[in-house]
Amino acid sequence: MACIEAHGLRKAYGATVALDGVDLQVDEGRILGIIGPNGAGKSTALHAILGLTPYQGELKVLGRDPWSQRDELMRDVSFIADVAVMPRGMRVSQALDYVAGVHPRFDRAKAEGFLAKTNIKRTSKVRELSKGMVTQLHLALVMAIDAKLLVLDEPTLGLDILYRKQFYDSLLNDYFDRSRTIVVTTHQVDEIQDVLTDVMFIDQGRIVMECGMEEFESRYVELMVRPENLAAAREFKPMRERQVLGRSILLFDHANRDELAALGDLRTPGIADLFVAVMGKDGGNL
Amino acid sequence: MTTIDSVEAAPQLSSPTRPMYWSVRREIWENRSIYAAPVVTACIMLFGFFISAFTLPHRMRLAMNDPGKLHSVVAMPYDTTAGLILVTAFLVGFFYCLDALHGERRDRSILFWKSLPVSDRTTVLAKAAIPLVVLPLFCYALILITQLIILIVNTVVLLGSPALLAALYQNLKFVQLSIALLYAIITIALWHAPVYCWLLLVSGWAKRATFLWAVMPFLAIGIFTKIAFGSQSFFTFLGDRIGGWFSKAFIVPVKGAPHLDPLAALTPGNFFSTPSLWIGLIFAALCLAATIRMRRYREPI
Repeated sequence: MACIEAHGLRKAYGATVALDGVDLQVDEGRILGIIGPNGAGKSTALHAILGLTPYQGELKVLGRDPWSQRDELMRDVSFIADVAVMPRGMRVSQALDYVAGVHPRFDRAKAEGFLAKTNIKRTSKVRELSKGMVTQLHLALVMAIDAKLLVLDEPTLGLDILYRKQFYDSLLNDYFDRSRTIVVTTHQVDEIQDVLTDVMFIDQGRIVMECGMEEFESRYVELMVRPENLAAAREFKPMRERQVLGRSILLFDHANRDELAALGDLRTPGIADLFVAVMGKDGGNL
Repeated sequence: MTTIDSVEAAPQLSSPTRPMYWSVRREIWENRSIYAAPVVTACIMLFGFFISAFTLPHRMRLAMNDPGKLHSVVAMPYDTTAGLILVTAFLVGFFYCLDALHGERRDRSILFWKSLPVSDRTTVLAKAAIPLVVLPLFCYALILITQLIILIVNTVVLLGSPALLAALYQNLKFVQLSIALLYAIITIALWHAPVYCWLLLVSGWAKRATFLWAVMPFLAIGIFTKIAFGSQSFFTFLGDRIGGWFSKAFIVPVKGAPHLDPLAALTPGNFFSTPSLWIGLIFAALCLAATIRMRRYREPI
């Protein structure tokens, strides 16, 4: 069943078009990564899905219209919209009380269990916690909510690598159960490559590429070519060629792997490298 | 529609939720000034009147021959306490409302609140309940406790002279006063409702300078009408909106006239038949409706 379905989704802020007729289907049980440069429309798309902003076109999330049926929808959807949006004046225990008090699907014992693995004290105020701890707290609250859809908009921005790794590890190990759906945007693309089941590139309000990770791995291949084979490899029409430590790396779409393997070492490309190739610009701000 | 039905039939993990109750509680957690400021005022009052209690017998003796003066000597600490705590509550409510929907956008926590199944209506009504219900009730209890402590101190000070003690209790009908106080607090909340709801609306709308947006339009109209037409009436209207409840809800004491029993001075019939009360309440309701609608569209600033 489709968790999110959009047809001709459009959103403009004055003259700026943030979403330009997006068609989208996310099935239940998927983990979709939405990748795009700043201002590509990622956040607008997520805000539309969460009923935070009105839009044009057709959009259904869990069978509901997120703008007009937002109050009902939010019982089944949870999201982390940004790092450090937890109310700073609240104590950790109060945050637990509050979410338990308003959310019918919140399992307090579960949240306490997640918190027990961290150094967060119940009596601390949110403003006294480090940025990483605030994210841990938010994640503990969100993972204890039995939601059908979890939306994460840059959830690990500004966190160090340990917190980022831990964040996605707990998400996969303690939360994801193949019936839930997760949609995530992030700039640290390559870190979540193994987490995703689907990836989508978005630029200037349009989807420029979407595919499942299995397809991604079978379709795209990178060749670290031996210098003497460079001319031969170029015959296969790479999408992009780049130099790393004096060696050429060529990225191919639908190439014959057996023939390429003779020319150098093959590997699965990183999402970021493919993104740059697809967007056709170097150093795209990911 | 089947999906919605199945969702609603799904087993619930925890006990029934009470979004309104918890929304009000979290406002109090986040804004400690709601209770801290009135308590500080009450403590200052207590300390001041504790010291002045030592001169009370002397001041009462001087006024024994003048019933009007005696009454004011006796009643002054109680009236002042109530008045100043209520003024504090007004100021707290004023600035609370100005920040209520602006602060959550400024610190982006609106994204956290909106991630939970609490409707914009519940959120806005919970915020409106702070100055209209929570503050008045809290201040009522606080004033009663403060006045009771002052009464105990005064009684102890006057224990030595039975005549003065009798005069104290003759001039201070505590039970009647507390009923009149409750009535006053209710009328103030109703009278000031349009002020608070206007402030909430500005708080939800303005991107910055909420105080200026809230106050400047009225000052501008007042100054304009004064210059253009030489008319004071708009400033009179503004003053009436802040302090007008008293002359409508109570018989204004006339200087020199014998003092009325606290309950005899109440004029609820007059108050509740004042058109400007109802016009104000309609304005307040419109402001709230607009604020609820606006919060749906609001994003962090």
